[in-house]
Amino acid sequence: MSSLADLSIAAAAAGMREGTFRAVELLEAVLLRATFTEAQLHAYLNLDREGARAAAEAVDQSRAAGKETGPLAGIPIALKDNMVTRGLETTCSSKILAGYIPPYDATVVERLRQAGAVIVGKTNLDEFAMGSSTENSAYGPSRNPWDPERVPGGSSGGSAATVAAGSALGALGSDTGGSIRQPAALCGVVGMKPTYGRVSRYGLIAFASSLDQIGPITRTVEDAATLLSVIAGPDPHDSTSYPHPPPDFRSRLGRGVEGVRIGVVREFMGEGIDPQVLAASQETLDRLSQQGAILSEVSLPTCEHALSAYYLIAPAECSANLARFDGVRYGLRIAGSNTEEMMANSRAQGFGPEVTRRILLGTYALSAGYYEAFYIKAQQVRTLLIEEFRRAYAEVDVLVSPTSPTTAFPIGAKAADPLAMYLSDVCTIPSNLAGDPAISVPVGLDREGLPIGLQLMAPPLQEELLFQVASAVEAVASFQARPGLAVSEAAE
Amino acid sequence: MSYEAVIGIETHVELNTASKMFCACPVDFGAEPNTRICPVCLGLPGAMPVLNRRAVESAIALGLTLNCRIDENSLFHRKNYFYPDLPKNYQVSQYDRPLATDGYLETETDEGPIRVGITRVHMEEDTGKSLHASEEGRIHAASHTLLDFNRSGVPLLEVVSEPDLRSPEQAHAYATELRGILLALGISDAKLEEGSIRFDANVSIRQVESDQLGTKVEVKNMNSLRSLQRALAFEIERQTDLAEKGGGEVQETRHWNETEARTSSMRSKEEAFDYRYFPEPDLLPVEVPPAWVEEVASRLPELPSARRARYQELGLDRRAARLLLEGDGLANVFETGIAAGGGAKPIANWLIGEVTAYLRRQAKTLAETPLRGEHLAELDRMVAAGRLSATTAKEVLAGVLAGEGSPSELAETRMMVGDTSALEPVVREVLSANPEAVVKLAAGDPKLLGFLVGQVMKATGGKADPKTVSELIHAMTKETDVK
Repeated sequence: MSSLADLSIAAAAAGMREGTFRAVELLEAVLLRATFTEAQLHAYLNLDREGARAAAEAVDQSRAAGKETGPLAGIPIALKDNMVTRGLETTCSSKILAGYIPPYDATVVERLRQAGAVIVGKTNLDEFAMGSSTENSAYGPSRNPWDPERVPGGSSGGSAATVAAGSALGALGSDTGGSIRQPAALCGVVGMKPTYGRVSRYGLIAFASSLDQIGPITRTVEDAATLLSVIAGPDPHDSTSYPHPPPDFRSRLGRGVEGVRIGVVREFMGEGIDPQVLAASQETLDRLSQQGAILSEVSLPTCEHALSAYYLIAPAECSANLARFDGVRYGLRIAGSNTEEMMANSRAQGFGPEVTRRILLGTYALSAGYYEAFYIKAQQVRTLLIEEFRRAYAEVDVLVSPTSPTTAFPIGAKAADPLAMYLSDVCTIPSNLAGDPAISVPVGLDREGLPIGLQLMAPPLQEELLFQVASAVEAVASFQARPGLAVSEAAE
Repeated sequence: MSYEAVIGIETHVELNTASKMFCACPVDFGAEPNTRICPVCLGLPGAMPVLNRRAVESAIALGLTLNCRIDENSLFHRKNYFYPDLPKNYQVSQYDRPLATDGYLETETDEGPIRVGITRVHMEEDTGKSLHASEEGRIHAASHTLLDFNRSGVPLLEVVSEPDLRSPEQAHAYATELRGILLALGISDAKLEEGSIRFDANVSIRQVESDQLGTKVEVKNMNSLRSLQRALAFEIERQTDLAEKGGGEVQETRHWNETEARTSSMRSKEEAFDYRYFPEPDLLPVEVPPAWVEEVASRLPELPSARRARYQELGLDRRAARLLLEGDGLANVFETGIAAGGGAKPIANWLIGEVTAYLRRQAKTLAETPLRGEHLAELDRMVAAGRLSATTAKEVLAGVLAGEGSPSELAETRMMVGDTSALEPVVREVLSANPEAVVKLAAGDPKLLGFLVGQVMKATGGKADPKTVSELIHAMTKETDVK
């Protein structure tokens, strides 16, 4: 590889530590890559070249002065544009927040800065993180680095695309129903959703508060563990953050799977899953078995109802979370003859169709007379699902399934069919409802050269175990392919 | 047909905690608009609430005082409605799992003690304030609305009573008692005129002895305890008139207009909101372990009911004890007065009599006058020592209230009434002007003593001590005998 932009976080950090190159050189390589790829991908909404250069220079100066630098010193990181950044426009890919400059940094952003990370820019997403293709962005879709005619997945499609293409070494995404793992799978990178509460949500613009979780998107499992170590941990600003300090997430990397009990989720290994995805998943499982893993089939019948429950709970919470966007204090304001009309006009014109659909769905589900039949029932499904996972984890250490039923689909293929789009997340949603950690690791390519991801799930707070098994998957799959877009620039 | 009223009261109480319910912004009512705000209480994207433990403690204290059950795991919900001064367009409030439930409040009325059921005490956040102003600064034809978010997120407690109240007087007694409790606990300024305590009443009427309730009307906007009583009296009469004319009551919310002294319709039930409550996912259940409740209970101050009982032990009657606690600050002045050695009864009588009347006349609060408990103790000592008559004492008290000086200073400028040498000439004059009375008195008619004392009092403008005067008369009439 000829570009610094293709290095892993671990290799880049080592290179800078050893003085092989400086942070500004690494950043310029990344910015050059972005110049080249952005014309096709539109992964970024806002590239903060100046801010990034200032941050990289500061890192170089600190290092030259012999000062201690953080674990991510000089590492170019991209942020999904639903995490607020002080002084840097944050839109959630919505017209309603066009031009909105937050007065504070999200906790994760603060922690990245403290660790020395260089924030390259803000990445595209489905408006308010609602979607599975990044097509629902008010600023135009992002494209897949493996095939620009295809979607990168979503909603963290921009973040996944930057990491795949090399316009960032790592990125943060948010995952409400699979929004980190599914685009990571479709872009051939690692995407990880931590246990609910492991990472502070303070400063994450909420979609569905009981499901949202921020996590890393990287090219290697080790990098994901490194990035998670920086952003995880209790936060006094987020009452739902897990109150105890996180362990060293890298502690069990490379320990293999000898004796690890892996449960294969029966419901996600058959109907509705692309045969090539199944084949790649099976092949990886066979290799894990050869490495000493103990495989068994596990049934999670409640998963059948998870999608329905999710599409009641998430819209219900979003209907309240998005109520604050009303044109009164910030964001888009469309005039009306009175305040109420101004608020209605601003919302009607500010939100896109998918966001509007979910707000309406959620408002309906919470209405008097429907609340018990919809919202309460969905919460009961959620409780059943949590119990089912708990029983499964009495028998196995981790669970495994494909991340996405298909590889990247063509732009526009599912745009007119919300239900088909919703099915993209059928394998990932259960972990959000249960609040459990899960990760997607690339395991191969289909016949069209599109990446396939395998999902691993673990019990709450068992991220170390999850990373251990993920690193074994990474080793047996030996996924080395790079998207054409990155390779062609590197060749120039 | 005879009707009775059925009244329940909802009370909103602004707590006086240092910081807001869910953020560190100070609670500071006099501040410049929009200077006590942060991402949380402004509802900025990404901001999240963090519960103020002091506010929970205030809620526990009130719940305990109202004899409620304290839920170990109460919940916050989101109450959804759109309004420009509600930054998130939902209010974080408690719904079906409030902190405190199933209590009661006992209080005194002129007709005797009453017990009022307390349905619940729950916590919530306050909204911001809208100021509608036109270019000319007038409310109607307002051209724009100004928003002040300093109040947004200020902790509130809502206290909901059972519909146990049967008259405006009982409602007044309930509200007064609740306010007294809040002041005793020190958890709120509880000022009606400033909105730090707000009462809404649900009122309906039914035929006496019937268990069928009438149509319920909610009455809002009562800015004083007196207007609460007036609004309820008006509303009961209005509903009774309607019932006697054959019905036509509608379930609605009505607005009390103080100057017009009437209620008018704000909105009907059909226009009522569907708040779409659901559990607030950004907050954990409010854990209140028994140890915390016990700790709060151990620090509870003496409450109005206990004070009333203690005052009765000091010799006050029920009514005096109750009135002392109803008036703002009266009880505290009473306490310092008796602590300074004054008598309970005279001090209480001055406070609920002259002092209360003075405050009402002057539309002042006790704190705005220089009167202290020590003054009353001093006054009482002078009366007991015969240096002031009851009448003069009241004059001196009025002078103290008006800021003219301390009781001893003011008594100085008046006649030294217990001083026999000062009184002797006056008594002598009265005796010589009424020789017949003197003769009859000497002949053993005791009625004449009262007459002569009265004449002396008249001549001294009531400033003489009657006891000293009658002693002087006795002595001098004996002198006359000798002559």
